[in-house]
Amino acid sequence: MNDMTTLTKPRVETSLKDWETDQEVRWCPGCGDYAILKAVQRTLPQLGADPKNTVFVSGIGCSSRFPYYVESYGFHTIHGRAPAVATGVKLANPELDVWIVTGDGDGLSIGGNHTMHILRRNLDCQILLFNNEIYGLTKGQYSPTSREGTKSPSTPFGSVDHPARPCAFALGSGARFIARAYDVSKQLPDVLKAAYEHKGAAFVEIFQNCIVYNKDVFADFTEKKNADVGQLWVENGKPLLFDKGAKGIALDREALTLKVVDVVDGDWQAADVIVHDVTNRAVAHMLVEMPFGLFPMALGVLYDAPKASFEEAVVEQNAQLAKGKTPDLQKLVSQGQTWTVTKDGPAL
Amino acid sequence: MASAASTSTIPVSSEEAAPEAVVVRFAGDSGDGMQLTGGQFTLSTALAGNDLATFPDFPAEIRAPQGTLFGVSAFQINFGSSEITTAGDAPDILIAMNPAALKTNVVDLKPGGLIIADTGEFNDRNLAKAKYESNPLEDGSLARWQVLAFDISALTLESVKPFGLGNKEALRSKNMWTLGLALWMFDRSRQPIIDWLKAKFAKAPEIADANIAALNAGHAYGETAELAAPLKQLHVAPAPAPEGLYRTVTGAEAISLGLVAGAQLANLPMFFGGYPITPASAILHHLSRLKEYGVTTFQAEDEIAAIASTIGASYAGSLGVTSSSGPGIALKGEAMGLAIMTELPLVIVNSQRGGPSTGLPTKTEQSDLYQAVYGRNGDAPMPVIAARSPADAFDCAIEACRIAIEYMTPVMLLTDGYIANAAEPWKVPDMSGYAPFPVKFLEAVPEGGLKPYSRNEKLARPWIKPGTPDLMHRIGGIEKEVNTGHINYAPANHQAMTELRRDKVLGIAKGLRQEVSLGEESGKLVVVGWGSTYGPIHQAVRRARRKGLDVSHVHIRHIWPLPENLGELLKAYEMILVPEMNTGQLKTVLRDQYLVDARPLNKISGQPFRIAEIEAAIEGMLA
Repeated sequence: MNDMTTLTKPRVETSLKDWETDQEVRWCPGCGDYAILKAVQRTLPQLGADPKNTVFVSGIGCSSRFPYYVESYGFHTIHGRAPAVATGVKLANPELDVWIVTGDGDGLSIGGNHTMHILRRNLDCQILLFNNEIYGLTKGQYSPTSREGTKSPSTPFGSVDHPARPCAFALGSGARFIARAYDVSKQLPDVLKAAYEHKGAAFVEIFQNCIVYNKDVFADFTEKKNADVGQLWVENGKPLLFDKGAKGIALDREALTLKVVDVVDGDWQAADVIVHDVTNRAVAHMLVEMPFGLFPMALGVLYDAPKASFEEAVVEQNAQLAKGKTPDLQKLVSQGQTWTVTKDGPAL
Repeated sequence: MASAASTSTIPVSSEEAAPEAVVVRFAGDSGDGMQLTGGQFTLSTALAGNDLATFPDFPAEIRAPQGTLFGVSAFQINFGSSEITTAGDAPDILIAMNPAALKTNVVDLKPGGLIIADTGEFNDRNLAKAKYESNPLEDGSLARWQVLAFDISALTLESVKPFGLGNKEALRSKNMWTLGLALWMFDRSRQPIIDWLKAKFAKAPEIADANIAALNAGHAYGETAELAAPLKQLHVAPAPAPEGLYRTVTGAEAISLGLVAGAQLANLPMFFGGYPITPASAILHHLSRLKEYGVTTFQAEDEIAAIASTIGASYAGSLGVTSSSGPGIALKGEAMGLAIMTELPLVIVNSQRGGPSTGLPTKTEQSDLYQAVYGRNGDAPMPVIAARSPADAFDCAIEACRIAIEYMTPVMLLTDGYIANAAEPWKVPDMSGYAPFPVKFLEAVPEGGLKPYSRNEKLARPWIKPGTPDLMHRIGGIEKEVNTGHINYAPANHQAMTELRRDKVLGIAKGLRQEVSLGEESGKLVVVGWGSTYGPIHQAVRRARRKGLDVSHVHIRHIWPLPENLGELLKAYEMILVPEMNTGQLKTVLRDQYLVDARPLNKISGQPFRIAEIEAAIEGMLA
């Protein structure tokens, strides 16, 4: 999206192997995290990313073990605080590529406040929120994204509270880049690339299958047999079509909502199907709010409208204010209301 | 004050013609500008060559309802011709701008002390708000003191008449009128205040002129009015002070400057992550203006983000600093553990206030010592340093930076609401006298391969910045393997790492020698203090020694680890008294560490100790 990023950063040639650490991966066999890890390790060489300038920052939870498995700099922090740590990293050294790996509990429950503020400030980074709608590492309690009625050790009779919608939360917080994919989707690398190339905070929700505590909770759209009707992959400048082009998304002008329309003989114009414009914030709001079931799951880059990033603004203001001033400690400590004591006494 | 070295006694009654020291308290409504008046009076006092100490005491409410008892704001200054180390036990002079200010402050006034009151504010409404049933200026209830009451409000209005201000606006100059009178009383020059007013109101010259007129009118009133006997000019001789450049400094300023100096001496950019909280915010305010010193300030979304961002910045190669007060420090606890586990340098400033919970936001206390030394999950050792005065906070801040960097550890610097807000004269230090401690980052793979948790002679691990080629590695809060830093839950490894973290911090004590502040290295009684109780303890011990009592003063800067000779030193006295503004926290640590019979003397009123309170305790123990 933003050419500046790719132009100013020198490309470094690496291969997938260069991004693998010698640490044994400790996720459950069959966990969706494996696929995401591979997708990231496959994408980084394509981006020309430099391992020495790459920092993965995570919080706590299954997803947050991620940094241990990527051969770059990595910081496994404390529960929910990865965005805050990442903000310090990026402000201290804006040259670094900062990736945040978090989950639905880490990023939306205990760390919801930090997620909101990093998006509002628009720190240049990639935020990968692995959403499995469950607390995995603490053995299966329901999470803030769990659907109503989720039975778990802490909600044996079903959860009664309403789930948060990560992308709607992010957009509401002021995010300038919203994308969505799932762990094994073949488009995930493309989504990651777009997130990397976006200058500013790029929020990516990745549906992730927790095979132990919340198995197949996304099967309604991720399973091959449900993919056609269940997935709407958006692409900038292209009509919002799904079900092999037989259906599309149009604007219900009366209700000011979206609606599913039939597309006859490929004539989507006639069906008034919306052409995806990644910079259209209003449509992005509607896409992330589409109730699944009545609508397909909108996937891909849903919104991408860059704006000045936080660390750029900080660096610029700091530089401007420091311009023409030479740091002089002696002068600094001598400021304020001063007087001189001589043998004749004090004087201004 | 650290600079004046003369020895003589402090308390002098106001009846003397040339008092050695005088305590003045300005008290008024929180909207009356008492802190400003006090600040300017402080400058004029410093320029007169007196040594001084101040104590601003204001309510937590920004604009409490006018005239109420809880809305009273006060500023006390103690100044004299000899060394001053406290803001004074009891005022000689109380300037009360309204009935509420009189009611809440007069109890502290010395018997025979002088009350100056603005009769213009002693109307039925304000008397009722102050819960006075009759006017104390008229009913004889102030007979223990001398009273000088006149209509300062009307005199102010009269003096600013030519400037055509509205009534409300005009009355705002009351504090300058009062300051003018105070300047006359102590024979002070008005010029510095006039210059300051002109600069402050450069964009509204009519306001500057009105305030200057009020100042002059107050001064002239003292000079010309035929006043009753109590009001007379007092000459307080200058205190002897070494030659050099001086300034007034508050603790918050001194800490900010010390942190900048510390980062510069380490040759590092500074990252300051903060969240607004009383009384710590002033540090964030000061630092946010110092961009040219490589300071980046970040007002985070909460206390946790403030410290977490700071840890991130330290990881990336800046000197991370965060600051808060008790409740905010509590929120930062988990992140401090992360900094301990990842062994990253960090300075955490705690400007203590009365607690627990929200407690007394604007009042002072020393009740976070346990929190500083012990207040984290797990065995989480962290060095703790305490500043004893505003000027001392400068060196303490540099010391905190040095330890953090040399030992790769978070360090807590304790100050308190009193130190943060109080001002004292400070002989501007010669910065060339401070030895730099430049950081050496690890920049290449060492012999034997990269081991992020290998250790040097201080047991510190290498500091490796992201961006460095070939040194990619991962850190985090999970237990680390010795040397490699990989995740390791093995029992023997956890024991080894816990002991390493402990020994590293305890190692800081090597070479730290506890000196005796006043007195001998053995004897009958030692008074052990830390933090802002320095002033009252120092004076109390001095007075007791003048009476021939065998008592010494030891004041501890390094709270954790304690200096290596401290146990031996304490055991050289027969008795140990520990005055603290808490229920006995250092006392407990000393008992635990040295099995000594340290006796507590506790004050938990949100107010600093009076000299007399400590003196009485000393006499009690030696009786």
